[in-house]
Amino acid sequence: MALWPWHAERILRKEMNQPTDFLYIAVILISIGIYGLVVKRNALRLIFSIELIANAVNLVLIAFSRMLPSPQGQVFVLFSIAISAAEVAVGLGIIIIAYRFYKDIDITEYKNLKN
Amino acid sequence: MVDSIFIGLSVITIGSAILSLESRELLYGGIALAVSMLGIAGYFIILDAPFVAMFQIAVYVGAVAVLIIFTVMLVRAPNTITKKETRKRKIAGILLGLAFLILAGSILGNSAATQLKFNDTVPIFDVQAIGKELLTYYSPVLLVLALTLAAAVIGALALARREDIEERNEPTN
Repeated sequence: MALWPWHAERILRKEMNQPTDFLYIAVILISIGIYGLVVKRNALRLIFSIELIANAVNLVLIAFSRMLPSPQGQVFVLFSIAISAAEVAVGLGIIIIAYRFYKDIDITEYKNLKN
Repeated sequence: MVDSIFIGLSVITIGSAILSLESRELLYGGIALAVSMLGIAGYFIILDAPFVAMFQIAVYVGAVAVLIIFTVMLVRAPNTITKKETRKRKIAGILLGLAFLILAGSILGNSAATQLKFNDTVPIFDVQAIGKELLTYYSPVLLVLALTLAAAVIGALALARREDIEERNEPTN
């Protein structure tokens, strides 16, 4: 039973993409995320970087789930997406109250988070 | 060898990932992040996981990106490029990212993972298989995940609550 009509046959064709291609894309995305976490001092850009890294991990899980093959990789990715959605909600809430205190979203301005 | 769909998706995903960090306007950065997540959903489709791709589009592009864009509009940052991002820090960040890229790339290129191949004779996992896993073996995880999501949303609401407005509405003593 296919989910969509055009998904009746396999999309991934033989002798074309290999698992390492997807792993290389994931490595590139993680290094972009590391660059953003180190360089950027804007709190929202840090959340962008974290999201990029989380997406790269999801891509690796799906690639190995297709290769093994096992549906548990897809189940893990569903859990991972839900958890990062919760993380973004809490992170944005923290950014909003920090903006209310400091009138800025630059994390170098956050001298003390205690008050 | 990769095919043209893969190359196109790679250009879209990595290009908009870089753009989301480097764009001058924070709002355009949020939109570029949403486009990058759409590219990841495209990878999921060519990896025969259409349900996860739909979930990714619904959650990331539909909820997370919209939440980020609303936060960008709410905080109204006057200067998105600060003076704290010095040239030295930028060079250090680029070097660190490149070091990780070269390290992980060379490990990947020399490992046995290059011998792995996708198999064409395997069955496609559809919604039925995923739902069976979710409701039998992983059902406790699903319940805990529901509690986690509820707690996170309630916590975010409690964090973003404004106490000064409530004090004005309530008669003091």
